[in-house]
Amino acid sequence: MTADTLRQTVTITNPQGFHMRPMAAFVEAARLFPGCTVTVTRSGMVPVDGKSMLSLMGLVAVQGAEVLLEVSGPGAGEALSALVHVFHRNFDEE
Amino acid sequence: MRMSEFVIREAISANLTAAQKEGVVREMVENLRLAGYFKGNESDDVVKAILKRELLSSTGIGDGVAIPHAKHASVDRLVGAVAIAPGGIPFDSVDGGSVHVLVMLISPLERPSDHLRALEGVSRCLKDKAFVKSLRETTSPQQIWDLICNHDRGTPAV
Repeated sequence: MTADTLRQTVTITNPQGFHMRPMAAFVEAARLFPGCTVTVTRSGMVPVDGKSMLSLMGLVAVQGAEVLLEVSGPGAGEALSALVHVFHRNFDEE
Repeated sequence: MRMSEFVIREAISANLTAAQKEGVVREMVENLRLAGYFKGNESDDVVKAILKRELLSSTGIGDGVAIPHAKHASVDRLVGAVAIAPGGIPFDSVDGGSVHVLVMLISPLERPSDHLRALEGVSRCLKDKAFVKSLRETTSPQQIWDLICNHDRGTPAV
């Protein structure tokens, strides 16, 4: 990530954690910005590719976990707000 | 959680016979039933729960992989089944491709963190392209089980 990287931390509030359906919604939103690099990092862990379901599945972000979203590239601001919105929609139960 | 900790060895299939999503789900649940899980109508109920979840959005995550799953009161710990479909199954996957590798997860009702930890175990194995290639070339459940155990031995537990 470069100096132009935008960052925001979000807290997982859903009792089911960051599970597969919100992951799919996240990947779908991230892929709307093909020029952007998106990573997601859970505290103390290595960043994972926000455009890959298999990578996001490695997060294990349970309720209460904080994850750092980092976006760089053209349209990064718009991408970051779209991605944060995925978390704020408060995932449906699965 | 390592895959070998939740995949039921007796519920592995190297060659699914069903050719469509519903049939594949039924076949994998039946493999778990034959391995000693579910009683009475529970397996039908599990199939329904998985198909209901698929209606919300496909668990075909692309690159030939699907992770059909559901919560169900009939299990007291998370159990998994693995199946290979050599010819590929249409699964409404996000990338439009057919599915060759399926990992089914059945979780107890109130253990969301176990589900997420199991996904992490699946992720660690399936992100390894050499592992997936080997998995798709297997011809027996024993080979699949050996591949999973060998892969798990090479990675630390989470």
